[in-house]
Amino acid sequence: MKIVVCVSHVPDTATRINVSGDGKNIDSTGVTYIVNPYDEFAIEEALKHKEKSGGETYVVSLGGDANKETIKKALAMGIDNGILLKDDSYRDSLSVAKALAAEIKSIGADLVFFGKQSVDYDSSAVGQLTAELLGMPLISVVVDLSVEGSKVTAEREIEGGKEVIETTLPCVITTQKGLNEPRYASLKGIMAAKKKIIEEKPALAVANYVELLQMKRPPAKEAGKIVGTDVSAVPELVRLLREEAKVI
Amino acid sequence: MNKFVGLDYYDIKSLLTEEEIMIRDSVREFVDNEVIPVIEKHYREGTFPMDLVTKMGELGLFGVTLPAEYGCAGLNSICYGLVTQELERGDSGVRSFVSVQSSLVMYPIFTFGSEDQRRKWLPKLAAGEKIGCFGLTEPDFGSNPSGMITKAEKVDGGFILNGAKMWITNGTLADVAVVWAKLDGVVRGFLVEKGFKGFAAPEMKNKHSLRASVTSELTFQDVFVPEENLLPGSKGLKSPLMCLNQARYGIAWGVTGSMMACYDTALNYAKSRIQFGKPIASFQLTQAKFAYMVTEITKAQLLNQQLGKLKDAGNVKPSQISLAKRNNCEIALNIARISREILGANGILDEYPIMRHSANLESVKTYEGTHEMHTLILGADVTGIEAFN
Repeated sequence: MKIVVCVSHVPDTATRINVSGDGKNIDSTGVTYIVNPYDEFAIEEALKHKEKSGGETYVVSLGGDANKETIKKALAMGIDNGILLKDDSYRDSLSVAKALAAEIKSIGADLVFFGKQSVDYDSSAVGQLTAELLGMPLISVVVDLSVEGSKVTAEREIEGGKEVIETTLPCVITTQKGLNEPRYASLKGIMAAKKKIIEEKPALAVANYVELLQMKRPPAKEAGKIVGTDVSAVPELVRLLREEAKVI
Repeated sequence: MNKFVGLDYYDIKSLLTEEEIMIRDSVREFVDNEVIPVIEKHYREGTFPMDLVTKMGELGLFGVTLPAEYGCAGLNSICYGLVTQELERGDSGVRSFVSVQSSLVMYPIFTFGSEDQRRKWLPKLAAGEKIGCFGLTEPDFGSNPSGMITKAEKVDGGFILNGAKMWITNGTLADVAVVWAKLDGVVRGFLVEKGFKGFAAPEMKNKHSLRASVTSELTFQDVFVPEENLLPGSKGLKSPLMCLNQARYGIAWGVTGSMMACYDTALNYAKSRIQFGKPIASFQLTQAKFAYMVTEITKAQLLNQQLGKLKDAGNVKPSQISLAKRNNCEIALNIARISREILGANGILDEYPIMRHSANLESVKTYEGTHEMHTLILGADVTGIEAFN
């Protein structure tokens, strides 16, 4: 059994993001990067599956050298092999998916995990596109998973409820918060990762299908309005909420 | 509340290896997720967060420097220091738990214990399945442990222990106590196990400091300790003092974590607290406080870094450890107080961690050798004349 986890290297959610000079990227100065939080559920699920049923685990990330930090963290958590598909340029979801699919195919994966989306571009598309390119069934936004033999049963979130879906291996799973509690990289795991090799290779060259035109910050919030400081202000407040803000 | 980012004014990160940085960050994340959310409640209620013990075991935080064959991580002293630094950024009580388990229980079992004792205890202590404590201080013998009254008498198949210990971190929780007692006038170490007849470990309540840590008395009334529970390699007061040196090293790093927690809180507050129409961070008197803090934290970090290198090279002097413990504890307490002043009245609320750190540091400054004793250790080393004997 070969288990692949695809991870992305994203700005820390607590970081303040600024747009770079050309308006087409973020300014990475002083930005801390982390493992995409949804991918941590994917890593944990891959490790749990390996601990239960055995197999070989792979972490694959597409991007620049900085992505090695995220790959290293996955290795420190316990993943066996690291692969960096090198490409420093901007890629859209489909061109990322094509490169990942080619790599996953060559590994010969039986089970593939993605986070349900990465918290930088938020397209929520790469897992789905990769499954399609591989011709594998996909279960997305999974909060509970069991794999018995080749039978896969997953619970996924839908609007206002949950649904249970069944399929067979090989398949692609995208993971949602609630699926598991990702482990911390233990001290021993970190030292063991030191001995693991990260294989670097150029990412499959594919043209982008969409073009990024411009990035911009949301407009600055307008200053609030103080209607009054005691109970006499309530009628005016209610009127404004109803007529101006139109929220009640 | 803003996420803690740490302070690294002199690019001290560049002195660390990639693995050391990963270890620091992993423990920092653990503290953010597992310690910070629960610590104020435990502090208020005077309880230790017991569910952290297994988690810290899984992470590998106990006996960091001991070999892998006993279930430990086998890392260097810098890693151990980084672990205590990050833990104490959360709380001194949590760091104390790890210091005691690592430096005062696992270290002596590894250093003075038999192979059987090592195999029996170290893997379980490393995993957090068993908890240990260290009994040296007595009600009437603190800075002067050589006067200890607790004594052991040789009997058939073992020893009879009589006496009492006080101010023992983890005492009530412990499955095994490393107890120091005089046997024929010589200080020896004994492993006293929970449940031994005549051994009790009542908790000392009503502390105003280290409230999220269990402090206990240990009493021994004709306790029979089997022969195999004597630490064979322990001989004389030097043995427990060697343990204290390990712990003091961890404290020097640990309190640097407290400094950073207080500094970080005060800086965020000063930038957002508006008085006279502008942030209080814009006032010169506030900036002077930050200039002091950033300078002293940087100095403490550099002291720790070099101390770690000396320790790993195997040629650190106890007085060099005293220097860092003494300096960093005093500075940490100053920084906690200054940070509290920056927050004004808000600083006394447990919405912020500062007052808790401040109260904790009062203990940390005097335990594992008081500030005064470390002063005299340094004085004795520099002049060649002991002032206390």
